[in-house]
Amino acid sequence: MPSPDPKPPAPVLYEKRKAIFPKAVDGRFRRFKWLVMALTLGVYYITPWLRWDRGPYVPNQAVLVDLAHRRFYMFGIEIWPQEFYFVAGLLIMAGIGLFVITSAVGRAWCGYSCPQTVWTDLFQHVDRLIDGDRNAQVRLQDAPWGPAKVARRAFKWSIYLVISFWTGGAWIMYFADAPTLTIDFWTGQAAGVAYATVAVLTAITFLFGGFMREQVCIYMCPWPRIQTAMLDEKSLIVTYKDWRGEPRGSAKTKEKNPSGVGDCVDCNQCVNVCPTGYDIRNGPDIACITCALCIDACDQVMTQLGRPRGLIDYATLDDCKLEREGHAPRPVSKALFHTRTLIYVGVWSAIGFALLFALGSRSRIDISVQKDRNPPYTIEPDGAVRNDYTLKLLNMEGRPRPMRIALEGLPGGLMWTDDISQEKAAPVLDVTVGADQIEPVRVYVIAPANATQRQIRFVLKATDAEGGGDVSENRFDAPGGDEGEKN
Amino acid sequence: MASDKQLPASAGRRIDEPTGVETVGHEWDGIEELNNPLPRWWVITFWITVVFALAYVVVYPAIPMLSKGTEGLWGWSSRGQLADEMAKVQADRKPMLDAIGAMGVEQIAGDPKLLAQAKAGGAAAFKQNCAQCHGSGGKGALGYPNLTDRDWLWGGSAQEIEVTLVNGIRAPGAASTRTSLMPSFGKDGILQAGQIGDTAAYVLSLSGKHPSVAAAQRGAAMFAANCVTCHSADGKGLRAFGAPNLTDAVWLYGGSRDAVVGSISKAHAGVMPAWGSKLDAATIKMLAVYVHSLGGGEQFAATPAAAAPPADGSGNAKP
Repeated sequence: MPSPDPKPPAPVLYEKRKAIFPKAVDGRFRRFKWLVMALTLGVYYITPWLRWDRGPYVPNQAVLVDLAHRRFYMFGIEIWPQEFYFVAGLLIMAGIGLFVITSAVGRAWCGYSCPQTVWTDLFQHVDRLIDGDRNAQVRLQDAPWGPAKVARRAFKWSIYLVISFWTGGAWIMYFADAPTLTIDFWTGQAAGVAYATVAVLTAITFLFGGFMREQVCIYMCPWPRIQTAMLDEKSLIVTYKDWRGEPRGSAKTKEKNPSGVGDCVDCNQCVNVCPTGYDIRNGPDIACITCALCIDACDQVMTQLGRPRGLIDYATLDDCKLEREGHAPRPVSKALFHTRTLIYVGVWSAIGFALLFALGSRSRIDISVQKDRNPPYTIEPDGAVRNDYTLKLLNMEGRPRPMRIALEGLPGGLMWTDDISQEKAAPVLDVTVGADQIEPVRVYVIAPANATQRQIRFVLKATDAEGGGDVSENRFDAPGGDEGEKN
Repeated sequence: MASDKQLPASAGRRIDEPTGVETVGHEWDGIEELNNPLPRWWVITFWITVVFALAYVVVYPAIPMLSKGTEGLWGWSSRGQLADEMAKVQADRKPMLDAIGAMGVEQIAGDPKLLAQAKAGGAAAFKQNCAQCHGSGGKGALGYPNLTDRDWLWGGSAQEIEVTLVNGIRAPGAASTRTSLMPSFGKDGILQAGQIGDTAAYVLSLSGKHPSVAAAQRGAAMFAANCVTCHSADGKGLRAFGAPNLTDAVWLYGGSRDAVVGSISKAHAGVMPAWGSKLDAATIKMLAVYVHSLGGGEQFAATPAAAAPPADGSGNAKP
């Protein structure tokens, strides 16, 4: 039997991460990235420590998610659970905001402000600080493990850990009074969930920022995949103008043959500075987070060579096509405002204005009434009809407020509560509702013997200077006219 | 990102032109699969999940067998977890229950926190033990008193309610149960049918219902001769006997003429178990507080029989 062809070796199913050592670069996009990083990290770390005076009854932390008491504070705004639609609205705005940004400037979220990008950038700066720039990093990577390398790595990783811990630690500060929590945390008195949260977030930051880096973007994150559906020929992307760059050749070759060689000198600087290690000259790809560092790198080289900048640049595919055909390049600002972007901006601002309006006109006082349905009514010995209700009075202000509840629509109707005896029953009740509280009040309503079933209204009015009020309609039950056993 | 190795283009394997990536050699209607290798950490993560799953199967209940599943090395079960959690809740509640059990039922109202807990605990116990007759809202039914109104047969203060709960009403075998017996005037031949009708007419006239003035006037004599011992001369009843007030709008066994005639002819004698032998003291106190809170609860008033009535002006007497 003739032996068959030798079997080809099995394909390699997985591969080790190819380490990336992005080179330091300077330029306008790098400086913009510094700015965004300072801004985002600053906001993240500092916000919980800002104070905001809300009076003696309410926490004075400017931004606080008080899960235990179900309150969300953001500077002058306080959100109760029933107003969660404000938060939902903000999340929708964040989502549409992402669409606006993507439609106008492509994956700018990925390139500049995504936490994965910001922290990866931060950790890569740590790499450069400890190990030196790209070449030194490569040398250290290739060097055999010895005491010096171990010490270097241990030192660097401990810095990673400190940053990660600080990151995880800052997160919990949003959920409790920051100074108190800090003291509790270090004296072992904080809640177990605080330590667990810090541990998990520290571990994730350490792993994602220190080691996973671009793999999160390429393999784990769904956003790049969604974005491929949101980009079109009119979207700004970072792109290599191949008609200008190709064929590649050195400066010397170009001197000899100016028409036969393009502007790209194949110096590989664009690849060396890329935080995901992608070669932009291969065209748009999921691996390109459009951080534009390659533009900075290429511009530097082009300037040195005395050639026009922008061999790699922000451009739309439509503009690339026009430029290729010899038209003058369109200014980038024109690409920013196309119809789709304007529609997104319109929707985004409409939601924003609606939220602002709702926020400005919302009531800070509320009454809701729950009627006892079992029994629907009680006949008292004197034949009077009694209905029982549970009133919930909301005072969303940070101070106690006196309120008056009036009963309307029930002739001869009187109210009393567990605190006010029936002898003092009256058509109005005066209640003081504590600061930032829901006050449940059990109210007994009695009407004379001939009362019939009807709609009644509980009218709540704040009796302090600010005033305001709310009305809740409910039912007053009474025996029907034909109930035999009563006759 | 092409694989580094360039394999011979055998077995359908080839290099894909546009991407420069090798295919794995599969082909379906011209669709081929590129061999983009997985990252290694992904594969490692996969194996970690496999190991985790195996360990989970060993330590937790997992594999169904003929009669029951494997129990797992850690002996965890959802029933066991429930039992633990219930035990913890019981332990947490114990100080509160002990405190309620130790104090007099009238003292509970002085402690807002205990009062709230007693009401909640009483509401739960009520649904379990009392709702069968009195209804889940305490409204009662024909023959079963409404607990939400201000009309009380044996007393509506928290202390009186507690006494009623502990000893029951006409509870068989309970020594100090509340008891009284109305004669069946018709069934036992004490009154004639006409006399009963007249008495009923008088009783109805007490609460402002006038079926027949003449009959009511005849009935007044019957009432004075037979009923006033318990129901008192003005018909307002007497709590010592649990005798209902006949002048108000509340009718335990119905307020129609036929119902009243029926009650006189063949007397009713409602029964409630003595809960003292069935429930612990704390539960009974919580029930008393709950029933007292349903809207008709009274202040405690020392009965005339009590040895040392408190000084008047304590706001206890009902007009």
